[in-house]
Parts: sequence; C-alpha cells; structure tokens
Amino acid sequence: LLFSRQGKLRLQKWFTPLTDREKKKVIRDMMMLVLARPPRSCNFLQWRDLKIVYKRYASLYFCAGLEDKDNELLALEVLHRYVELLDKYFGNVCELDIIFNFEKAYFILDEFLMGGEILETSKLAVGVSMEEADTLQETMEEYMSKPAY
Amino acid sequence: MPAPIRLRELIRTIRTARTQAEEREMIQKECAAIRSSFREEDNTYRCRNVAKLLYMHMLGYPAHFGQLECLKLIASQKFTDKRIGYLGAMLLLDERQDVHLLMTNCIKNDLNHSTQYVQGLALCTLGCMGSSEMCRDLAGEVEKLLKTSNSYLRKKAALCAVHVIRKVPELMEMFLPATKNLLSEKNHGVLHTSVVLLTEMCERSPDMLAHFRKNEKLVPQLVRILKNLIMSGYSPEHDVSGISDPFLQVRILRLLRILGKGDDDSSEAMNDILAQVATNTETSKNVGNAILYETVLTIMDIKSESGLRVLAINILGRFLLNNDKNIRYVALTSLLKTVQTDHNAVQRHRSTIVDCLKDLDVSIKRRAMELSFALVNGNNIRGMMKELLYFLDSCDPEFKADCASGVFLAAEKYAPSKRWHIDTIMRVLTTAGSYVRDDSVPNLIQLITNSVEMHAYTVQRLYKALLDDISQQPLVQVASWCIGEYGDLLVSGQCEEEEPIQVTEDEVLDVLEGLLVSNLSTPVTRGYALTAIMKLSTRFTSVNRIKKVVSIYGSSIDVELQQRAVEYNALFKKYDHMRPALLERMPIMEKTASNGPTEIVQTNGEAEPSVVEAKHPPPVTQPTNQANDLLDLLGGNDVVPVIQTTVPTKPASAGGELLDLLGDLSLSGGPAPAPATSVPSSQPAFLLDGLTSPPLFNDIAAAGIPPMTAYNKNGLKIDFTFERANPNPNIAVITIHASNSTEADMTDFVFQAAVPKTFQLQLLSPSSNVVPTLNQGTVTQVIRVLNPQKQQLRMRIKLTYTHKGSAVQDLAEVNNFPPQSWQ
Repeated sequence: LLFSRQGKLRLQKWFTPLTDREKKKVIRDMMMLVLARPPRSCNFLQWRDLKIVYKRYASLYFCAGLEDKDNELLALEVLHRYVELLDKYFGNVCELDIIFNFEKAYFILDEFLMGGEILETSKLAVGVSMEEADTLQETMEEYMSKPAY
Repeated sequence: MPAPIRLRELIRTIRTARTQAEEREMIQKECAAIRSSFREEDNTYRCRNVAKLLYMHMLGYPAHFGQLECLKLIASQKFTDKRIGYLGAMLLLDERQDVHLLMTNCIKNDLNHSTQYVQGLALCTLGCMGSSEMCRDLAGEVEKLLKTSNSYLRKKAALCAVHVIRKVPELMEMFLPATKNLLSEKNHGVLHTSVVLLTEMCERSPDMLAHFRKNEKLVPQLVRILKNLIMSGYSPEHDVSGISDPFLQVRILRLLRILGKGDDDSSEAMNDILAQVATNTETSKNVGNAILYETVLTIMDIKSESGLRVLAINILGRFLLNNDKNIRYVALTSLLKTVQTDHNAVQRHRSTIVDCLKDLDVSIKRRAMELSFALVNGNNIRGMMKELLYFLDSCDPEFKADCASGVFLAAEKYAPSKRWHIDTIMRVLTTAGSYVRDDSVPNLIQLITNSVEMHAYTVQRLYKALLDDISQQPLVQVASWCIGEYGDLLVSGQCEEEEPIQVTEDEVLDVLEGLLVSNLSTPVTRGYALTAIMKLSTRFTSVNRIKKVVSIYGSSIDVELQQRAVEYNALFKKYDHMRPALLERMPIMEKTASNGPTEIVQTNGEAEPSVVEAKHPPPVTQPTNQANDLLDLLGGNDVVPVIQTTVPTKPASAGGELLDLLGDLSLSGGPAPAPATSVPSSQPAFLLDGLTSPPLFNDIAAAGIPPMTAYNKNGLKIDFTFERANPNPNIAVITIHASNSTEADMTDFVFQAAVPKTFQLQLLSPSSNVVPTLNQGTVTQVIRVLNPQKQQLRMRIKLTYTHKGSAVQDLAEVNNFPPQSWQ
C-alpha cells in the first residue's frame, strides 16, 4: 500500500484474495496505525497475524504486510529498492508522478515483484524491461488506425 | 459522441475538487459517460476508459462494471490494451468472481505469444491472482516456459509456478524435472526465483525436501553460489550499499535453513559458510544487518555446532545495543524465539532486555515485556518482578492487562514466599486493578484461602488498601471477600507480620457500607460487599446494624442485590439457627486448574449464598401482578383481595401460572418484585428437608385447632384444616380438602379466596384440579394466612368447575373460623 499523509491511497497491491469490504477495512486500519506512529519509532508493527513494515518517503508512506517467516529488515530493503526503481524511471520521482502515472507505477511493481516475491534483483534489468515494454505500447496514431481485432 | 477525456485530464479535474461532494459528482458524471461508452462497444477508447475506471477504483468508488471490459481488452491484439486489461484484471478481479475463468483462454493464448512481454504479462497476472482452476488448466504451459532459455520468461515462470503450487499443491510433482537445471543459471533473477521455487517446494512437502537433500546435492550448490556472491567483486547492478545482491543472499540462507533443519549432514556442510557470512558482513548499514539477522535465524534452526550458536547469540546481543530501533526490535523478536532452547545464553542479556522496557517505542516495549516474562525464573524473580512492577505502573493501558496477567503467572510459578506473593498481588491490584482480568479474582481468593497463616496479614493489608481507594473493582472485590471471611481477625488485631492496626467493628461496617452506596462500585462488587456484611454477622457482635443494612437492601432496584438481601433477611428471621453454620469459614479449596475458574467459583464463597438460596423457597415474595379480578367479585367493600400465588415449591412446571389468579396489593409495604427468587425450587433440598412441598409445614406442632367445613353445596364439600406455621406463629396454614359426592367428576376445579385488608394470604397450588366422584379422593390445597393484628378471620371464596359438561361458578363467605385459628 502507498498512501499519503492525508490518508489518500495512491497504490494498492494485494497478493491474497480478500473481499472488497475486507480490503477497505485493511486499508483503513493500516492508515490509522501507521499515520499514528511517532516519527522516531521502529518501522515494524504487529497487526493481527501479520508483520507490518512501513517507511516514509517525503509525504508518502510505503507499507507492506509480511508473513511470520519473512525477514523484516529485508522488507525495508525491498521498499527502498522499489522507490529507487521509481526514481530511475521517472527521474527524481515525486508524489505527483505517481498520481498521474499510476499505471506505470503498477507496471514497474509487476516487473519487480510477483506473487509477493522478488522477481528481479537487478535494477538494470527491471529498467530495461520497462523501456522495452513501453516501446511496444503503440503511439496514438498507430492505436487509432489499427483495426480492433 | 465526443471523445472521452484523457486519463490525465480526469485526474487533474478530480484533484481540483475541493470537497468530497464535488469529487463524487465529477466521478459519477464520468462513470455515466464510461458506462454508456462501454454499452456502445466503443473499441477505440475502451483502454482509456478502463484506465480512468481504475483510477476511480483506487479512490474507493465501485468499479465492478468494468470487469468484462478488462476481458475484452485482454483479448485485443494491441499491447496497450493488453497491458491495461491485465492490470485491470489484477485490480478488479479475483477468484471469487466467476468472470475470471473467462480469462483462462486468453491467458493461454498469450502464454504462447511471440512477444515475450505479452507472455510476461500473462504470467504475471496468473501468478498474482490465478485461482486454483486456472492454475490447474495452465500449469502445463507454465512448466514449458520454465524450461525455456529466455531468462526473462524463466524467472517469471518460476514465480508463477510458486503461485500455482501454493494454490494447488498436488501439482508440485510436475515442476520437479524442470528444476534440475535452474541453479546453474548465471542470471540473478532466475537464480533468485528458482531459490524461491525450491524453498516453496521444500516447505510444502517433506518428500521433496528429502529428495533435494540427497539426490540433487542442493546444499553444496547453494553454498557455492553464496560463496561466489560474497567473494566476487563489485557488481553494480546487484549491489546495495556495497553488498552484492543481498536479496539473493537472504533467500539462499533461508533455503539453507530449511534444508539443514534437523539434518546433521546438511548442517555440517553449511557451518563454514554461515560462519563466514556472520563474520564478514558489514554491519553499518541496514542491509548488512538484514543478512546477519537471517544468518542468526538459520544458525538457530539447524543443528549447528555450539561455537556457532554462541556467535549467533552474541550477534543478537550486539543488535540489542545498537541505536537503531528496528534492529533492536528484530533482536528482541529473535531472542523470544530462541529463549526456549538457549535459555542460559539469553539470560546473559537480561539486563539489556530489561532496559528496553523503558524504551519509548511501543513495539519495542511490547517485545521486551514478552521476553522478560519468558526469562523469569526462580533465581531472578525478585529483581525481575521489581522491574516489571515498575513497568506496570508507567506503561500504557494497552499493556496493562497483559502485564498484569503475566505477573500473576510468574508470581504463581516462582514465588519465593507466600507473603511476597501476596504483596506482589496487592501491588498489582492497587496499580493496575481495573485492567486485571475477571478470572483473576477467583484465583486470588483461592490463593488467599490456601495460605492459612497469612490470613490476618492479608486482611489487614487489604483493609488499608480499601481505605485509600475504592475505585479498582477487582481489588475491592477481593478485599470485601476477605473482610467478610476474616473480619474477626482484623478486629482482634492479631497480626504477626506487621504492626497490627486497631479497627473496630463499626469502622469495618462503615467501609463495607460505603462500598454499597458508592457510585464507583459495579453491581458485582456490591454483591460481594453485601455478602461480606452478612458473613460478619456471625463473626461480629453488632448484629443489629447488619440486620438493618440487609433489610434496607431488600428493596433495592438492583435485582441481584435485592434477592440477596431478601434471602439474608430470611436467614435472620426464620433460619437463624442455621446462620452460623451457613456463614462459617470457607474451607481450603483444591486448586483445580488455573484456567478453570468455573469449578472454583462453585466452591467460592459467592456461590454459597446462591446454593443456600436454592434450598429453601422464598418466604416472602410479592409479585406485582396488578390484575384485580376479585375486586369486582367482592363489590368493593373493605375486603380487599390479597391473594397471591407463588411459584409452587413442587417441581410442577406450570404451577405458578396456573394459580396466578388474582391481583395483589402488598399490604405490608414489602419489597418490590423479586420474581427470580422462586425459580430454583426444583433443586433437591437435602439441606433443609421438608421445605419443598406443600407438606411444608408438617413439622409444625399441630396446634390443636379443630377443622371446619367451609362450604357444602351441590355435592361439593370443602373442609378446612388448620395448623400453625413454624417458626412464625402468626401464620395460619389452612389446608382445604375438596370432595365430590356426585356421580360425575368435577374438572377444571379452581379455588380462589380473598381476605380482609389486614391479612395477607398466600395460596399454593392444588394437588390436582379434578375432584373425583363419589368421594373417591380429595383435592387439597394449602392456604397460608398471615394475621399480624390478630383480627377475626373472614374469607370469601370463589369456586369454578365443570360438572356434567356445564361450567359452574359459586361464591361463598366463610365466617365460621374457630377462634384459635386467628388468635
């Protein structure tokens, strides 16, 4: 989950099936818990049976829910790596970038993680795949002129 | 129709909305446009519309009508469409919707697409949200892709396989052959995902685990890879703060942990590399610490040699001293896991852990508290308890309940002396009393009863605590119970352990009465207090005051209190001879189980009164049924219906309703309704025999009052026989005998009676309501009449019955009562 200090959700990725209501509840709880934390406190929380790892970058909170056996310190690294990837792609990323290009943020996430596990540990490789995939995306004219099916 | 607005435009417009309502309006307008566009099967703009829909979904608005559109996008040939379509599928769909199955075919086709990115998209979607049906169908494709030489696809296929295995564990076998060559890849991405795949397989199936250990020689391979990672030079793309590919390292360590658990050979092979990692990794940055953390966990779990274990614990000790809170938290968590096995080693760090209790961070405090409780043992109990009690004083409310229970448990197990134990408990109650769990009160009481020699000391301390503060309910409850039991010790001032205080009986009663009236006391506490007062009646000499208190509460609004008061009142009046026996000291209770408060409650002093209650029927109950039928009958002269029926003391189930005849006007200003009292009448009365049936008053000396015939008409004869009730001689007990000399039965026989205002009458249930013919039997019914003013007894009776098919009703007045019956 990514959300701003004002409690607006910017990105959400679920790796277990939950109903919409459950998802909303989880989002609400997370926001409440994380936003309430004092600044110098530990980045880990216990919530129900999950470990929650969160990190704050400028005005955005990056929040991840881990299972019991996962390494929390490593999760912090994962969050950091994702931010680095975003930074590289957008060039000095800021919250607005993520807001206006949320689908790209999702695509990057999909290149980096899958099913909750890390897919690619090399920053370079992720960057390369994104570029290539983007070139595949048709330009406006091509899009309009190609037949539908 | 004009072209729908672009995604960025929409986002910009929505962001300009100043209020929630404005935003909602815009969104609804846009949604309507999108919906009509979908209806029109507009191919060109579908992609844009779905993207907008996804944005609105993220803001929290419903977007389920876009699900089918996502499917159409996926089926389209254009990459852009597919990309958005798959994204929409991942966000909007999940296995609970049936729609997702339609995707299966699309995904299948895409998995065989020529462009790897399309294949990648398909794999990604399947790997994130594929349901078990989809996984089953497509597993074959995934497996094929796992063997391809394209590393981009291979890594995606590997993680997809992980997801498939998670959903459908039976398919694990299928992927086994493909894994053979996975680890020989150079590409880190593939390596990483393969390790994840292998981890998943090993975790799920012990067979796989054994297979990998033996046949594949997995451990040496992993060790080799890890070594290379550490030794090899700087690799820019995988580097994080100077450590090459920490993600991969951690993953390998984790797999090693699973392989080495419980297996000597594997563990031996790993020892070296683990030692190497532990000593060589840089600890200045979080990354290094992440690796060390994983290493420590691995060392703990496998059968490592002791030197290695010591190394691990020392690393954790170092973590504890680190300034970074995260690291300390992680250290505390892992120490918690290891404290079972390596108790002594962890003890060495006890002081640091206790210091962590004082940390400002909530998460750290919680872990430190849990760990401290785990570390408590016979040796350090005194010191630890001091720290923990100090913590209890100063911590947040959310901790108090857990801390208090922990303290109790620890005290129970390791208390060096009874006095210390009681002191500790008192301390907990006074500081965190309101957070203590409910079941601790009975446990405490039981503990106190068992420590016989400490009774005087305990009750004195509790009394003093009570004088200070009556807001903590559990404390008050325990204190009032103790005062009730051991009040005599308190007053007599025997206490060896401390300076005895001089307390008079009145002071004690003042305190207890104070509890009863205070607004701070909960109903339960008041119950305890009342019972305590009652118990003191046998231990103290000033009985009158107690009697007064008890009778006041006989009219309390609280039903529970009222019931108790009424019954205690009865104890005073009628059953005074039994009072000392009932209220004597509680015997020492066997501790059944610390989690089984139910049995303890049975033997608890609190249960005693309720047991007593069940044994004798309510002597003075005046339910407030306001229906006044008989008033009409008697035409409003000064004879006022007073009759009331109680629930019969026979277990006859509907007895109460059967005779719930007539209105009640309670004459003596008796207590307001106490309906619950009469319920336990079905209990066997071994305590007070002879009290549970109409032959209720058979132990009464027959006072020699002659019987009389009250009514004799139409073949129905009603005789009255008299007795005096014991112990209250003011009550006359009249038994009516109704007999029928006609040839037909009288069925539905109902007898009702009314007496003048100054009397009180109670009608119990009849033996039956059929008066058999020809004097073959009688119906008996008991009437009790209270005649405090010794006036002449008069009675009006009303009879209704069915005879020979017709209903008969009759009224009569009975004036010929023998004088002895009412004098």
